[in-house]
Amino acid sequence: MMRLVFAAVLVTLGLAASANEGGPELLESHVNLDSKNNLQRGARTFVNYCVSCHSASFMRYSRVMEDLGLSKEAVEKNLMFTTDKIGNPMQVAMRPADGEAWFGVAPPDLSVVARARGADWLYSFLMSFYLDPKRPTGVNNLYFPETAMPAVLSALQGVQRKVEHQAEGEAHGGHHAGPALELAVPGSQTPEEYANTVRDLVSFMVYLGEPAKLVRYKVGFWVIAFLFVLFIACYLMNKEYWKDVH
Amino acid sequence: MGFIVKQLTGLRDWVDDRFPLLSLWNDHMGQYYAPKNLNFWYYFGVLSMVVLVIQIVTGIWLVMNYKPDANLAFASVEYIMRDVDWGWLIRYMHSTGASFFFIVVYMHMFRGLMYGSYKQPRELIWILGMFIYLSLMAEAFFGYLLPWGQMSFWGAQVITSLFGAVPVVGEQLAELIRGDYVISDITLNRFFSFHVIALPFAIAGLVVLHIIALHEVGSNNPDGVEIKKLKGPNGKPLDGIPFHPYYTVHDSVAVVVFLMLFSAVVFFAPEMGGYFLEYNNFIPADPMKTPLHIAPVWYFTPFYSILRANTVNFFGIDGKLWGVIFMGLGTVIFFLLPWLDRSPVRSIRYRGPIYKLALTLFVVSFLILGWLGTLPPTEGRTLTAQIFTVVYFLFFILMPWYTKIDKTKPVPERVTR
Repeated sequence: MMRLVFAAVLVTLGLAASANEGGPELLESHVNLDSKNNLQRGARTFVNYCVSCHSASFMRYSRVMEDLGLSKEAVEKNLMFTTDKIGNPMQVAMRPADGEAWFGVAPPDLSVVARARGADWLYSFLMSFYLDPKRPTGVNNLYFPETAMPAVLSALQGVQRKVEHQAEGEAHGGHHAGPALELAVPGSQTPEEYANTVRDLVSFMVYLGEPAKLVRYKVGFWVIAFLFVLFIACYLMNKEYWKDVH
Repeated sequence: MGFIVKQLTGLRDWVDDRFPLLSLWNDHMGQYYAPKNLNFWYYFGVLSMVVLVIQIVTGIWLVMNYKPDANLAFASVEYIMRDVDWGWLIRYMHSTGASFFFIVVYMHMFRGLMYGSYKQPRELIWILGMFIYLSLMAEAFFGYLLPWGQMSFWGAQVITSLFGAVPVVGEQLAELIRGDYVISDITLNRFFSFHVIALPFAIAGLVVLHIIALHEVGSNNPDGVEIKKLKGPNGKPLDGIPFHPYYTVHDSVAVVVFLMLFSAVVFFAPEMGGYFLEYNNFIPADPMKTPLHIAPVWYFTPFYSILRANTVNFFGIDGKLWGVIFMGLGTVIFFLLPWLDRSPVRSIRYRGPIYKLALTLFVVSFLILGWLGTLPPTEGRTLTAQIFTVVYFLFFILMPWYTKIDKTKPVPERVTR
């Protein structure tokens, strides 16, 4: 009987494994939300390169200021380019209709994109633009084929080219199977520097998707610690009462 | 001190002269005798009540900031998550509570199957419980539309269009439920109304009936022994102990352990790997963009699998409609358990090997169907779902036969420890 059950479970496991979603394996982002410095760098990259087209309309500049330990002046000087009130959300100057006319699709709001796509996907996406003359933007992406987004970060990363055989991609450390990318024109940052820039950016976007993430682990620790003390009290009370049940 | 006690006693007596305060307390707590051998599986009743309270209280606070409007709903949830003080905690408690509600209710129902709790004289408790379960499913379904993400929208679109499979009146029925040709702002508003008013009332009322019926006949126990048969000189069951204080202190331990597990999810894994909060639901609802893979939340997936499993047309009825029928039967067939089970004993402890095997196979098929329901269908998966759908239904259909021929052991007079 148990053998039958095991066989059934194994068959089902096999079924689940066989139909993994297509596409190349994701790169590991190793995001870090513990370091305010990394998040601040990510915020800077985000407002410099992303907020020109993408809004993050659920996020207020004042919240970024509080959570990332910045001063009002620092935020106004370095982060706020689209509004003059620190309590305002990260809106974008571009109208959605213009976005649609220029890119074919209005650039989506990025407030919760890290929750929908996952940090590793964002990291992989931002690492993997490559030259493709067939595309109107001149570039394509390994993880989002035919993306409408141009290679906004190419000034930092440089320009990548797709290598058809299984060569190791320089920028990737060559960890994943499938087509690899190599640097055709270097950018202003070395591959390591660029990887760190993207890691900080994605870390910021993970924070952006859920600001509570910065506090909920700490709160959770104390809640469970309290419940543990309460557990001891309840346990002892229960033991005392049940002494007379035979 | 003496003065305060005297005043309080006076107040109690004043109320008791005008309201059955003491008799209610005694009937349901102080003098309600429960079997002394209740085990781990008997915690899930009280835990369902704990989750119900969590859901009602967090729900009240969520409604203070949520906007049931197709243009505002998604943003209002994010407003709660960011700008409302502790809003993220209230929201995560509610979203985690939804999944935990089903976990504890499924455990509670499994307890009933193991110890024959639905058998005479507890048929009505079981039926009321089944109505609670159905209301809970409706409550969860309506509530899932409210965040207005892609899965909210398309999940509701898929489920409401199932009613379109009903012959003749199907399309009108689906429109009646949605209030529109597709899921829209109108649907959102009526689902909101059902979610925060109609179904909570129904569930709370049914829970009261469930407990009144339970306290009338008394709790079953892991031995399936009727403790009321043997009474001591004081007229109380020999194997019974007063619910308060024995089970109130007992349950307090379980509640605290439960809250630790609950908090672990709320604070450390509120998405639970995409099972409690689906990743696609962080994309705002878009009627123009159908997601590649639409899956309901995990607690519906066994039934979703049954729905998808049938691919053939027979008796001149469309395969899709059969899927809907099987899914409906798969939920309501539980109502019949008290009459399908012909075993002379209640508890699995004294049942024979056939029932043990049948129950194991049933649980395995429920889990496998649930798991397949989270995945996009392939040929192999559909075949597997078909096999386990058959196993699922055979558990019920063959029950009158196999419970009758199964060899049972003699049930002791008194409960064992």
